[in-house]
Amino acid sequence: MATANVASHSAHDHDHDHEHHENFITKYIFTLDHKMIGKQFLVTGIFWALIGGFLSILFRLQLGFPDMDMTFLKPLLGGWIDDGGKLDPNFYLALVTMHGTIMVFFVLTAGLSGTFSNFLIPLQIGARDMASGFMNMLSYWFFFISGVIMFISLFLENGPAGGGWVVYPPLSALEQAIPGSGMGMTLWLIAMTFFIASSLLGGINYVSTVINLRTKGMTFSRLPLTIWAFFLTAVIGILSFPVLFAAALLLVFDRSFGTSFYLSDIYISGEGALPNTGGSPVLYQHLFWFLGHPEVYIVLLPALGITSEVIATNSRKPIFGYKAMIISMLGITILSFVVWAHHMFVSGMNPFLGSIFMFLTLIIAIPSAVKVFNYLTTLWRGNLIFTPGMLFSIGLVSFFISGGLTGIFLGNSAIDIQLHDTYFVVAHFHLVMGSASFFGLMAGVYHWFPKMFGRMMDARLGYIHFWLTFVGVYLVFFPMHYIGIAGFPRRYYSFTTYDFSSMYTDLNMFVSVAAIITFAAQFIFLFNFFYSMYRGRKASANPWRSTTLEWTTPINPGHGNWPGEIPSVYRWPYDYSKPGASEDFIPQTVPLSATPESNLPHEQEMVKLEKEIIAEEDVVLVANESKES
Amino acid sequence: MYGFLIAVGILFLLSIIWMVYRIQTLVSVVKGSDKKIASSSNKVNAMLFVVFLLAGGALMFWYSIKEFDNYTLPLASEHGAVTDNLFWITMAVTGVVFIITHILLFWFPYKYQYNEKRKATFYPDNNKLEVIWTIVPAVVLALLVIGGWKAWSDITAPAPENSHVVEILGYQFAWEVRYPGMDNVLGNYDYRLINEVNNQSGVDFTDKNSFDDFSSPVIYVPKGEPVLFKIRARDVLHSVFAPHMRLKMDAVPGMPTRFWFTPTKTTEEMRAELGNDEFEYELACTEICGRGHFSMKKIIKVVTPEEFNKWKSEQKPYIVNNPALVENLSVELKELADITISEYK
Repeated sequence: MATANVASHSAHDHDHDHEHHENFITKYIFTLDHKMIGKQFLVTGIFWALIGGFLSILFRLQLGFPDMDMTFLKPLLGGWIDDGGKLDPNFYLALVTMHGTIMVFFVLTAGLSGTFSNFLIPLQIGARDMASGFMNMLSYWFFFISGVIMFISLFLENGPAGGGWVVYPPLSALEQAIPGSGMGMTLWLIAMTFFIASSLLGGINYVSTVINLRTKGMTFSRLPLTIWAFFLTAVIGILSFPVLFAAALLLVFDRSFGTSFYLSDIYISGEGALPNTGGSPVLYQHLFWFLGHPEVYIVLLPALGITSEVIATNSRKPIFGYKAMIISMLGITILSFVVWAHHMFVSGMNPFLGSIFMFLTLIIAIPSAVKVFNYLTTLWRGNLIFTPGMLFSIGLVSFFISGGLTGIFLGNSAIDIQLHDTYFVVAHFHLVMGSASFFGLMAGVYHWFPKMFGRMMDARLGYIHFWLTFVGVYLVFFPMHYIGIAGFPRRYYSFTTYDFSSMYTDLNMFVSVAAIITFAAQFIFLFNFFYSMYRGRKASANPWRSTTLEWTTPINPGHGNWPGEIPSVYRWPYDYSKPGASEDFIPQTVPLSATPESNLPHEQEMVKLEKEIIAEEDVVLVANESKES
Repeated sequence: MYGFLIAVGILFLLSIIWMVYRIQTLVSVVKGSDKKIASSSNKVNAMLFVVFLLAGGALMFWYSIKEFDNYTLPLASEHGAVTDNLFWITMAVTGVVFIITHILLFWFPYKYQYNEKRKATFYPDNNKLEVIWTIVPAVVLALLVIGGWKAWSDITAPAPENSHVVEILGYQFAWEVRYPGMDNVLGNYDYRLINEVNNQSGVDFTDKNSFDDFSSPVIYVPKGEPVLFKIRARDVLHSVFAPHMRLKMDAVPGMPTRFWFTPTKTTEEMRAELGNDEFEYELACTEICGRGHFSMKKIIKVVTPEEFNKWKSEQKPYIVNNPALVENLSVELKELADITISEYK
């Protein structure tokens, strides 16, 4: 009934001038359009996801089939496969390191937040573009440069950085300790510096856009949960990424200029004692995890925001506890800054600090639990449509529960003594942050693909992709809990050195096979994505019958998003299946005065206020028209 | 040749998948099912969630029970009993939550799958529910935390006075173990004194406490008596992990750390219990430290206190094995050192 009220203005040509002067370079490469920048982030993110996933397959081959002859990989890996067909242990560590770095930063930070914050913020709050299109463009291109540098580091003679994605010094500071700490680590640090600059430029833009450019009527209490999530994510990023920069900078000093921030009392075998004294490796860990832990929420919150939106839309039901969801996210945002040292219970820091951080850590479980219960209640008595986006969202909730619960073990410092740095931790964070965020990303792509490219992705391929991935992820990561409880340490090239870890070769093989199948299943998505971009079914204006603003734009919105005036907003974004309404959704642009049959008592009172706004708007419209004529 | 055949096979498979895909797309267009809000796939997906719940749940229970003895490591320390207990309490609590939430999560999709005739219930909020499921997890978590906090405080409390001290120094890629000798006091050390030929730990032999310090290829500890590991590293981070002792502590260059524990079963007792004559307590590294990270194995031998004392009295200090270490000492210290050496001869 009401999706069309925007189009009424389109008779007047309000198109922006610059749209007519676009060439290939300004449209696709150095574009200022937030939608194109979002797509750039997405495609780059997909590229990195493939690289990161492929690296994990390589080290899973080593872990699952330790006796395998890998000579067939020689054309690709060259000297990293020795003459006996064995993977080099240093390169194994480099693979693990690069997999982590790529997935955490390039895929789940840039690929997820970069894509959807850019694409959705202006569309869902009713803005023409980001607050600064130029900064937005810089944000992408800094990310791109960062990626190029990291990519080059993969091909260095001594290999890329190999000290784990956390790059703890002294290992990462001493070239003598591991070859990856030479040029590879230098490039890692340079790449991360560009990446930090990129995220800050993006984050500042997201925050200022959300605060300043909301359309008329779009109060904070009417923002879709996606926007709340992107907003809070950006705040976390702005506050925590600079600390990583500080940590990295001090590491650069230690590596190149002979300082001793992190180095002390070091003797290198075959070389002798180093002069550095007084530094503390634990200082680096504090600085790193001051970003590192919020980073978990930087990748997770956008996924949760996307899920909230997709689940509400496809349950045909308002998200349960909209305010509680916002309060939980605010709680998570604040608490995410005061839990970092739970990564360091056995690092040698004062055990009293451990007690404090154990309490704070378990507090953060509460808002997370609230979110889960709210998702469940949203599904309850809904009218569920299983679009691929919806399937991935339900999958996300499942991973969030599974991985979140194991966090209660690890957040308890007494239990963490045994589990720290074992496969239990690997299982935990791959489920709760890796897979959950990845599923958020997928849910977002399937759900907003029609808005991005004006075409639909094939649903059936989406179902197959979902089920293979969902089952596959569980088959990969669930067995790791057993391996972890059995005490298998992570980042081990081989488990046969020890008696306690000489079992479970069968389970490790199973995990590796599951990982390969799951990785292969992603090519179904790739095909679907690129094929549908050109040959997919044409999308309708509002294919999911959703209430939010982005679906009021033309099917292929130009730069500026709405051809006419930006629509005003009169209600919250979750009016699904409202009693009395004829359809099972009422878009945000429909005034309350137009729906007296479905208004709730307190909304009826707002109708009067609303009429004043509409009158005001008419004045503007008339003024605009007279200007043109 | 095989490569070529595989390539042809894959190509063939892909083209079949492609054709099936095209056909089903065309069929759905002809049928007009792509215009419907929810196609027949909706029902299939809803069912699959239930199938996943049942199959996944069955697999989990079957494997968890079947493999129980394999993934639960034998326990051999006092504090380990406490942390294991906490682990299983947490497992019970989270297990219940895990199962209930997953039953709901996968059953709701089946139960509330799309039906044209039905309308979803407009149920935007309920503050009472929100308060309940904020407070209940808060209380449960508080109880778990308090248990953990008590255990953590006990474990990290200062070691008892009578603890047997063992110094463990991590380096790429092995551990150097030093015992304080009969005085139970370790001599000083300085990383600049490290000498890979005869002084791996950088022991400072101008400190006479070091005269009776000795090294051992195996970590001997007595059963039933507190043992204090003094942990150091000399190049990069390492981490001492004794899985059967439920013990883990990072080894940090420039910052000594410690962990004390009381072993509860001798190696022999554990061998008898497991029916494995070759069982050994092992010590591993759990902080990434380079190429050999996975192979820094050390054996821990738990013996009875009598055996321990006997073993200890048989060990020869560094300076006895290598008198060159004390050659350049001042006259007085050299005399003391020589006395120690003669005592051991």
